[in-house]
Amino acid sequence: MTQTLPQSPSISALKSGDREEFVRLVDRFSAPIYRLAMKMLGNQQDAEDVLQNTFLNAFKHIHSFEERSSLSTWLYRIASNEALMMIRKRRPETTMADFSPEKDEDEVYSPIQFVDWCCLPEDEFLSSEARLALDRAIQRLPDKLRIVFILRDLDGLSIEETSQVLDLSQTAVKTRLLRARLTLREQLSSYYGNRLQKRSKA
Amino acid sequence: MTAHAECRPLLESLSDYVDGTLSEELCEEIRRHIAECRDCRIVVDTLQKTILLYHATASEPPNIPSNVRDRLFRSLKLEDYLQK
Repeated sequence: MTQTLPQSPSISALKSGDREEFVRLVDRFSAPIYRLAMKMLGNQQDAEDVLQNTFLNAFKHIHSFEERSSLSTWLYRIASNEALMMIRKRRPETTMADFSPEKDEDEVYSPIQFVDWCCLPEDEFLSSEARLALDRAIQRLPDKLRIVFILRDLDGLSIEETSQVLDLSQTAVKTRLLRARLTLREQLSSYYGNRLQKRSKA
Repeated sequence: MTAHAECRPLLESLSDYVDGTLSEELCEEIRRHIAECRDCRIVVDTLQKTILLYHATASEPPNIPSNVRDRLFRSLKLEDYLQK
């Protein structure tokens, strides 16, 4: 980290309407929430709307924050709901069924790519082209898998925190996480497998 | 991994395995299996690498473009704090 994180905001000061404390809250959490929104929505305008709505809602509802979860879990919860709502708004054909838990019963699908691309030279893995492929792979994940992957593997929330944020059981979080990771592995296998082939031809 | 019936349960434990939250007994079972099953070894290795790569990109501190931050502060009526 190039800069130290601002001190954690005081919940009582936030509840009493202390504006400086709100600034501290915004400075501490706006960048990760913006990143979450960008990864969920894939475009700046929508991500910005989600970012603004998240903090507007947080300001409006901070007095009813019951501190059963941490402040960051609470904020991620608002942000995730805003992002999922934005997706539904953008794609009106998306039905509630897409977010329903019974689809979790789907078994974990079987891998189909067995290319060992771990042996690629280090400079291949995070080249600017590879980063685009990594991003594209996230964008292609189904929404309910994408949000779990972002919270857990990019924002580093625990399984328990992720389940609180999304109001899901820990088992459901684990299932979705595994499916997300395996799906990403397939996509990266296509990309890096291709790189491997190109290098062997070169 | 697709062809062998014994590969299937392994798949279910893979997240816990790569996160280091699987019991030692099951880890040992996985290690034993992937020593003999080439496809499973590749899936485990490339899955581990996949997660590692995403963790690497995520460990770079996220940033927010200054114009996005400016508009956020204005939308929250906090623009008098923008210079801070």
